[in-house]
Formats: sequence, structure tokens, C-alpha cells
Amino acid sequence: MSSGQVVKCAKYKINVKHPGTPGILKLTPDKFTFRPNDPTSTNKLDLDFRFITTHKVTKEGSNKPPWLNLTHANGSYIFELESFADLHLCREFVGIALSKHVHAEATKVISEEQLSAAEMNLRIKLLQEDSKLQRLHKELVASGQLTESEFWATKKKLLDQDESRKLKQRIGFKNSLIYDSKPMSDGRINMVKFQFTPEIKYQIFALKPAVHQAFLNFVPSKMSEVDFWNKYFKAEYIHSTKNAVAAAAEAAEDEDLAVFLKDDEILEIEARKKIRRVDPTLDMEADQGDDYTHLPDHGIFRDGSKDTSEAQNSMYKRTLLQDLNRQGAVVLEGKTLDMEMEHPRIAAEILARRKQESDGVVDEGRQNRISKMTLIEDLQAQDNHPYAPLCIKDPRDYFDSQQANAIKTLDDSQTRMEQMICSLGSEEAYGSLRASISKIKTTGLRDPLFSPEVALKVLSGLTKNISSAKYHLGKSSQESVLDILPNTTKEKLLDHWVCSQELLRHFWSSYPITTQSLVNKTQRLKDSISQIYSKLEEIKKSAGSDLRHHVSLVVHPMQQALDAALLHYEADIRKRNARGKKPNGFV
Amino acid sequence: MKFEIEGITVYFPYDNIYPEQFSYMVELKRALDAKGHCLLEMPTGTGKTIALLSLITSYVLSKPNSPLKLLYCTRTVHEMEKTLAELRLLHDYQLRHLGPAAKILALGLSSRKNLCVNPRVLAAENRDSVDAGCRKLTASWVRALAAENPAVPSCEFFEQYERAGSSAVLPPGVYTLQDLRAYGKEKGWCPYYLARHMVQFANVVVYSYQYLLDPKVASIISKEMQKESVVVFDEAHNIDNVCIEALSVSVRRQTIEGARRNLTRMRQDIDKFKATDAGRLRAEYNRLVEGLALRGDLPATDGWLANPALPDDILKEAVPGNIRRAEHFIHVLRRLVQYLEGRLDTENVEKESPVSFVVSILNHAGIDQKALKFCYDRLHSLMMTLEITDTDEFLHIQTICDFATLVGTYARGFSIIIEPFDERMPHIPDPVLQLCCHDASLAIKPVFERFQSVVITSGTLSPIDLYPRLLNFNPVVSRSFTMSLTRDCICPMVLTRGSDQLPVSTKFDMRSDLGVVRNYGRLLLEMASVVPDGIVCFFVSYSYMDGIVNTWNENGILQEIMQHKLVFIETQDVVETTLALDNYRKACDCGRGAIFFSVARGKVAEGIDFDRHYGRLVIMFGVPFQYTLSKILLARLEYLRDTFQIKEGDFLTFDALRQAAQCVGRVIRSKADYGMMIFADKRYSRHDKRSKLPSWILSHLHDAHLNLSTDMALHIARDFLRKMAQPYDKTGGTGRKTLLSQEDLEKMAVSGMDDMMF
Repeated sequence: MSSGQVVKCAKYKINVKHPGTPGILKLTPDKFTFRPNDPTSTNKLDLDFRFITTHKVTKEGSNKPPWLNLTHANGSYIFELESFADLHLCREFVGIALSKHVHAEATKVISEEQLSAAEMNLRIKLLQEDSKLQRLHKELVASGQLTESEFWATKKKLLDQDESRKLKQRIGFKNSLIYDSKPMSDGRINMVKFQFTPEIKYQIFALKPAVHQAFLNFVPSKMSEVDFWNKYFKAEYIHSTKNAVAAAAEAAEDEDLAVFLKDDEILEIEARKKIRRVDPTLDMEADQGDDYTHLPDHGIFRDGSKDTSEAQNSMYKRTLLQDLNRQGAVVLEGKTLDMEMEHPRIAAEILARRKQESDGVVDEGRQNRISKMTLIEDLQAQDNHPYAPLCIKDPRDYFDSQQANAIKTLDDSQTRMEQMICSLGSEEAYGSLRASISKIKTTGLRDPLFSPEVALKVLSGLTKNISSAKYHLGKSSQESVLDILPNTTKEKLLDHWVCSQELLRHFWSSYPITTQSLVNKTQRLKDSISQIYSKLEEIKKSAGSDLRHHVSLVVHPMQQALDAALLHYEADIRKRNARGKKPNGFV
Repeated sequence: MKFEIEGITVYFPYDNIYPEQFSYMVELKRALDAKGHCLLEMPTGTGKTIALLSLITSYVLSKPNSPLKLLYCTRTVHEMEKTLAELRLLHDYQLRHLGPAAKILALGLSSRKNLCVNPRVLAAENRDSVDAGCRKLTASWVRALAAENPAVPSCEFFEQYERAGSSAVLPPGVYTLQDLRAYGKEKGWCPYYLARHMVQFANVVVYSYQYLLDPKVASIISKEMQKESVVVFDEAHNIDNVCIEALSVSVRRQTIEGARRNLTRMRQDIDKFKATDAGRLRAEYNRLVEGLALRGDLPATDGWLANPALPDDILKEAVPGNIRRAEHFIHVLRRLVQYLEGRLDTENVEKESPVSFVVSILNHAGIDQKALKFCYDRLHSLMMTLEITDTDEFLHIQTICDFATLVGTYARGFSIIIEPFDERMPHIPDPVLQLCCHDASLAIKPVFERFQSVVITSGTLSPIDLYPRLLNFNPVVSRSFTMSLTRDCICPMVLTRGSDQLPVSTKFDMRSDLGVVRNYGRLLLEMASVVPDGIVCFFVSYSYMDGIVNTWNENGILQEIMQHKLVFIETQDVVETTLALDNYRKACDCGRGAIFFSVARGKVAEGIDFDRHYGRLVIMFGVPFQYTLSKILLARLEYLRDTFQIKEGDFLTFDALRQAAQCVGRVIRSKADYGMMIFADKRYSRHDKRSKLPSWILSHLHDAHLNLSTDMALHIARDFLRKMAQPYDKTGGTGRKTLLSQEDLEKMAVSGMDDMMF
């Protein structure tokens, strides 16, 4: 079975009533083909199993002949086999093929390397999601042109992306004052409206720990939630009238209300804790310790440079400025939980947790930070970096120099040698400089990059393409040459394109060859490249005369790219064999 | 790096040096050679502090026999920390290159509140209660009691320090306050007394201005500093204000009430002592007959704040007879308090000279000038005799005695102003009797006389010729350095119009105009959307800031601003402000970006750096003039005009512009740093105002940037930021060098200095 295929004589029936076209049904693990005995018949089939969703067979002993029914998305293929024995064989095969199809990747992955289950699942998921990738994978990996790990190596990004998608960025705390809860009064009736949503509730809790604490204490033992919020907003309203005296009076009357109007004690305690950990270069509180001129009533009290403070009733006067500072601090702390704030118990836990987190060892970090801050950066020595800072003053200069580098590496026959020896004495450097000068003297400078003739040819070739494509395609820019081609050719071409791209990527990424495994890999790749090359050639030939030109236009660049790879491979092999002494790093 | 300046090898802890740092050192060295005072202005962000420290320490190293000591005065504790951190860097470098010979002892000194490690004492809230808490545990009589009775609490740290005796010393090194505390905890010694003891032996002492300028503190802490000291006042642009404040006292209703309470309690104590220990009071009386000079042998822990008058002005004679007896003195004080209360109860603003005030005290309360003069010392002596430890409760009577002593001592340079209410809030009665000093030179005079070299330095001392007049001294070197820039890394702009092209200003008649408020808001909003990381805004006063922020809140601008950046605000509560600053830095560090609202002349403007990403843009909303209707200011202006021939307008503009320059100067720390400064007021475009800005800002203020509207400023800001984001050559490339290496300096030494001066 595992040897791969089942070949049976069968009749292909387009529908149940159809008499059936006799032919040969061939099943392989991946696909099934049907070749009619009559070569002129159009009922040829060549299909992947993945298009098949389910399979059905007629029961043995029923009055129906042994049919194998393979359902696909919009219909089914019915094969009438010669006997039930054949049918069983086929059914088993199809069943395995279909199930294997789903789990194909899984089995292979295990055999290849040791991967975490998570990663494996991720790969499988990726393949299932993306049918193109799946096809590519099958083509390259299943056929042994690439190993599993090689294939995924170039798909790192896909894998990573998926990883990062999991760590979704959490939404932070909204940086806006509790705006919606501002009282809205319509002026006509003596009523004030407040808006109130769970989000606002969370905001209030986060910004005002005292309210939070009160909520935990009072609700539901002392008052209902509605009562609580009524009280809260009453306090807010009193506060918004900016009448500190009224606030004080109200607070004296109702002790529950006082909770909302008074300064937040929890915040004060927290502040006192935090101030001990503040960067000493910011610590203005410490200054007070040294300020002997501002003993109470010393120094100049009212000279206009200082503002007088209205200290009376400050207890009931929370200012906007304080609110803003608090807001910023809370935003920086970040949201501890998403919007599951409905339950007050959870909130209590969060409060507790937040406190624990804040007690860490910070002293050392602080010390380091100060010493780093005191350094004046640009007075220090700049070097000691293994790399030079990128400094582009004139972009043109930069790109010119880069191009020179690129040419140099392309033409690696002599330069590589020179690159190898980089730590030279001044004498040697001088010697090599002289040598290279004399070389230039004898050989002359290198020819220009391209000969003008080649350039002209490329240019005219390109413009011809443009014009002819334009001619054929008419107005719509959406269409491309591919759309003119018949579907099968188009699909094949696209497949080959994807495949060759992948191969080429692997091919070029394995240069320069430094290990034996890379040698093997290039060998393998070169073989597959030449296969694809010949396949393309075939397509070109098989195309109808009217389409041949278009096909060749499409195929040409692909072949060129493949050609380049092949040529490079040949050249490399030649160089490798030619040189006796091999420089470092070469295998 | 290591280089020579006129025969002195200077050790500089970096591999490169800015040319202006080098010139700064040269000038400083000449001043030290001449043993004279000097005045040096160098832009912020050019490494003044490190240049100064390296030159002076190297100077001392080159003359091993000289007892030269560096007294480095900073305005704030956090600046002290920064300075000590730089000194540590330098010290490490010198140790590496010179070995143990370079060892020095450097320490920061602050109050008990910042140095105490005793948790019981530290639990107190403010400085005065910490001081008092310390006294309660360490005063000599408390310790004597504790020795007999173990139930009396004492401070174990102080006891261990005392027990260690002369072996309690700090090994050489650089000690920040944090290090002192850590060392004290480790050894079990009191860090505060250890530090105060070690100040005499230290090579470098970093402390607050007031430890030298305020006679109350200076005569305790800085009494024994030798003449061969170099005194540095860093960030000294406000030094005249510090001097003036050091000698000013104000008396309010609360003070009077508090003083009454204090007197009652002292009276009770006296009665108690009379019954139990009459000999003690008699002993005090006898001591006073002989004079007050006995204070010298008091244990350090008993010491309290000293006489508020300057040492030279204190009479060295016996206390007058009418206040020698404790009960007589109390009675005199009662009469004085009574008199002051009567004066406070006034309807009109009154201004008087000390002379006439003293005369009227004599007429109405029967206290002569000499008795007034001795008030403070007499009080001090009485409190010792009565063994009062909770000194924080007695601050009010101390204020009254300070006032009496000052008014009795000085006839010139002071005036007494009584105001029934603050003019900006006439509905709230809050009478104040203020004794204000007008002459900054009074407080600083002993410093100039006592020490060999005094260096006054800051980023903004323009116009530099004004300071010698204000402080009344003759500098041997007085120079202003410009900044050699590798690229135009600062971008000052004057914004005169808002986005609707109408002028903006905080002039009194315009500041409450809604259009101006909106224009300022739009400016900030647009800038917040363009400028990365941190933006700092300065307003002319707290009340103005409060008002404008509230208006922005009401018309929704604030909400829009908050969508771009977090907002933090300086309030009058230092704890809250400190935390806000800390959060601001966090927000800038994490990339969220933030805006800090602050006040010119406020605590933040005085000493917090907004360098690098902590401040890419400063907006100065308005011109920070003083409140010109203030009676004290008017009196001072009058005095300045009569004594120094300084015109009122000139002084006001000078004062406002130095504050503005100080605010915006906080953005640059090194030449690799960059930042924009927007002066948002139409008055900045006038030449008489603008020309008072320091030259390093003026030189970058292009003519095209003198009269901008919001949209133009926005365009310039975008351009500037894009330009600054490009990599650049730090050494200044082909033109004049802006970064010198050791090699360059050596070359220069050969070819002569002339080509690098600028």
C-alpha cells in the first residue's frame, strides 16, 4: 500500500445515468487519474485528493454495481469498478489518502526534527489556512527537494507573525478625565444628570482608591449600589460647584458623603511611600529640609514673585491640577485587567496586587541611572564599537560607494583573496596597493557595467512587452497576459512560478557555500531548478500557436532567473574544482 | 584625558573636551591664582560643573601643601546629588590615573531630615519636627538623664557615634546623602553628626547656599571653614534673592498667637524651675552678666539655629540689665508682641524705616534698641536653661525675636511694610508685618571677606556687569562664554501671534482674554502633535496656570492635548510635584510622551533638568515679570535706584528675562542634545526685552524667528526636528573644532592659545 498506488480498470460516469467511459483509474497517495481507453475521449481526469471532501461506495450485496463515489465541492466523480474486491481496495486507499491528506504534515514533521507541539500545530495550521503554501510545501518537501526545516527557515516571518498575533497588545488606560460623568444640566428643571457606564466605574475606582475602598466597605452591607453611586455623584456635584464651604458643611452632616469629599488618604500614604523611591535628582521634597529661609514666617512673604496660597478649607478642595496628575499616574501604571470590573471583589484583589508589585528593590537601578545620567554623552570616546555609525551626508556618495561594493562581491575571483587578509601591517598594505596599481596599469580599468548593446536590447525588449501587452489587453489594467491563457496553463504557470521563486530563494540564500550540507543543498536545488526549467520549456512548446508568444513572454523572465542560477552554479563548481588551495571558510 | 593649563595638570574624566570648557578652566585658574573672586557665565549644557570640579581638584592636587578646600554651594538637594555624582566620576578617574595620591574626602551636607537614620525621629513630617525629634533624644540634659535612667529614650546611633569618639571618621571617598545614610546605618553612627564633624576635614563639601548665606545656619555649620577655601555658587543667577530672603522676616496673626502661647508656656516653666531648681536660673543670670560668649562650649547637639544677624554685627558685650532676669525678659517679649499686634491691626499699607520703627517701639512699648538687638540670644539662652527640647513648638517666638534682633541691628537696607491684605485678594484680610531686606550685598559680604576665592557661575548671568553691583564686590575675572556648536541644536523662537493671527501676551489687560487663552491652547495642542517625547511649559504664576488650565479644560482643548500626551503639573505641594516629575520622566522613557506644566520662579524651574528626551520643547507662556504692584518690590526698586543707580524698568526686565532664560535653558545638557524654545508673548519681539536674554540664546535667534504665528512655528518645528534626527559629525568636521581631543590640546599648547579663544 505504501508503495504508492493502485491501478484498476474502471468506468468513469459523469452522472449516475451515464453509461461510463472505460479506462484506467490510477490512485496515488496524493491524487487520482483516470485515462480513458479511447485517447480521443475528453473525459480525462487528473485530480488532487484534497479537492475531494468525502468518498462513498455502494454496499456489497445491494443491487447496484460497485461504484466509488468521490464527492467534491460541486459534484462527484463516480467510477464503476469491475468487482467489489477492487472497490474495497480502492476505498481503503482513498480513505487513507484522504485522512492522510489532513495529517500529512504532522507525520512528516515528527520524523524530521524535534519540534514543540505548539510549533508543529502552528505549522499545520498555517498550511491548512493557506492552500498555496500547502501546495508549495507538498511540491518541494514531499518530493524531497527541500527538507522540512529548510522550507520553514525562509518562512520565519510567517511563524513569528503568528507568534506576535497571540500576544495581542492590551488596551491601556484611557487618558481622559472622567468627562462623561460631568454633570449635564438642561437649565429648565432643577435636575442634574450624570452618565455612568462600567468603564467610568472602572475609571473612578482606579483614580480614586478611597471611593473604591468605600465601595468595598459599604456595598452591599450598608447601602445598595445605587445608593452608593447616588451619594458619590452628589459629592461630585458639590465639588463641581467649587464651593468649598458648602462641601465642608455637607461633609459635616453626612459622614458617608465626607468620604468622597475629603482628600484621599490612600493616595497620600501611597505618595509617601513612592517619594522614598524617587530619583534623588528630582527629589524636591528633600529641599525643604535645607530651606532655612522659609522657616515659617522667614523670608519674604508677599513680594509678588510667590503666589499666596489659599490654605483655608483646603481639605475639601481637590483641584483639577491634582486630578490631572493622578490621571497621568494611573495611565502610566496601566490597566491591570480588562473590563471585568463589574465584580467588586476582583477589583479589591487588583488593589492588593498593585501594592505588592510596587515594593521592589529599586535602589540599585536608581543608583545606576544617576551615574548614567551624569555622563555627558558626546565627550566620551566614540569608538570601541565593532561597527561604524551610519552617517550619510550626501546620499549619492553613499549609494555610489555601495554599488562599488556590490560589484566587487559579484566579481569574486580576485577580490575574495584580498578580503581574506585584512589585518596587514603597513608594509604589506603598501605592497598590495602597489600590486593593485600595477595590475590596473597592465589590464586597464574594468569595462563599464553593461555594454551599450545589451542595454539597448533589454530596453527595447521591455518596451516591446509593454506595447504588445497594451495592445492585447485593451483598456482594463486589471487584466494581465495570464488572463488570456487557458486556465490549466495559467494554473500550471503560476504553480511553477511560485515553486521556482521558492527554489531560487533557497538557492541564492545558500551562497556562499561554507558547509558540506550547503553543497548538498545546492546540488539538490540545481536539479529541481533544471526540472522546472524543462517543464517551463514544455509548457512553452505545448501552447497553441496563437498563445505561444504570450506564454513565452511570461515564461521568459522565469527562465532567465533560473538560467542565472544555473549559470552561477556552474561557475561556482568550476571555480571550486579549479582552485587548488582553498581559502578559509570554503568547503 | 590629561592636559596642562599654565603649569597645572588637569585631569578630566572624558576623552574629549568642549573648547569653552577649556577656556572656562583657564579663566577659573587665573582667578584662583589671583586669589580673587570671579563671575563666569557659561550656557547650560556645556558641562560647567564637571569643568569646574576638575580644575579645582586638579589645582589642589598640583599644590599638595596648600590647604585649599572647595565649598560647593547648590540651591537644591537634587543639584547636590547631581554634583556629587559628577564628582564621583571625576574622582574615580583621578584615582585610576594618580593612584592613592588623588584620594579626597567629599561629602554632601544637609539637614537632619535628609540624613537621619533613626526611624523614630524620621517619622516626623517636616524638617522642624525632625530637628526637634533629634533634640529630644540627644540634647545634653536628655542624655544625662538617660545615663541615669535607662527608661529615658535616647538615640542609639548618636550614642554609638559618641562612644566611637575620635575614631568615628569617614574614610576618603565621595559621599552622597544616600551614601552617608548607608554608611551610618552600617556602622551604627549618626550620619548627621558624623557629616558635620567631617566637614572640617573634607576636601570638598557640597551643601546648600543657605549654609553660607543665611547667618542663622552659617554660624553653626560654616563657622570653622578656613580662609583658603574656594567657594562656588552654582546656578547663581538668583543669588541676590537668596541673600535678601536670608535676612527678611514676616510676622502674621498666627505668629502673634503662637508667640503668646510660647510665652505662657515659658512662664510656667520658669515658675516650675523657681520652685524646684532656682539655682539654675541664678546661674544663667550670672552668666549673662559676664556676657553671652559662653555659647562656644555648648555640645553640638544643644545648638539651635543661630543669631539671624551677621556675625560682624553682633555685639560682643553683656546682655543689658533689663532682660537678664528670665521673668523680665518674658515681660519685655509680651510687650513687644502686644505692640506688633497693634501695628498689624491697620487699615492701610504702611511703610517705615527700621530707625523710626525702633523709635516707636521705644515710645509705645518701652523697649530700647539694645534690648531688641539681644532678643534672639537671650531667648536662646533661656530656652537652654529651661531645657526645652520641642523646639518646633517654639518657632513663633523665635520669629518674633529674629525680627527684633534684625530691626535692632540694621538701620540701612531694610524697610518695614505692613499690609492689611494681599492686593490680589482684597476680600481676605490677612495682615502681614514684613521686615524686608533690600540689599543683597549684606548677606553675602562676610562670604566675600572671609574666603579667598568666590566663584559665581550660572548659565544666565546676563547682563554680567549687574551682578557685581547688586552684590557689591570686585571680581578679578568676569566673563561670559558663548557656546561653540557643532550644529544648531537649539532653536529659540518668538511667537507673537496665535493661529488666528491675533497677538498673544500675558500682559495684565490681555491675559484673561479668551482669545489669547485659546491661542495658547492651540499652540500647545499643535506642538504636542508634532514634537516627540517631552514638552515643558512654563507659566508666569501659579494662579495664571491654574486659571488657564481650567479654561482649557472647560473648552475641551485639554482633552485634545491629552490624546497626544500625558499631562503633569507642578503644584504647590512638593511631594505631589516630585511624584508628578517622576511620572513625567517615566512617560518620556517609555515613549508615551508627556507635557509638564510648571511655573517660572517655581521650584521646578529652579533646578530640574529637562534634558534629552525629557524636554524637546519648552514653551514660555508670557513674560515672567514680578507682580509689580507689590509693596516690597517697589521698596526694593526704590532702594536699588537710590543706592546703585539701577533703573526700575531695567531691573524688572532683567529679572523677568533671567527667569525666562533660566526656564528655557533647562532643555540642553550637552551638544548631542537638542531642543526648541518658544517664547510665546508679543513683548519678546521688542528689542529692549529680547536683548536681555543671554548671548548664547540670542546668537541662535534668527531674525526670521522673531515674529511668528502658530502655523509658522509649527512649520519650523517640523523642519528642525527632521534636521536634528540626522546623524552628524560630533567633532564639528571641517570648520572650527567644537570638540577637542587630547591631541588637539597639545597642539594648541604649542601654537599658543590665541587661536582657540572665542
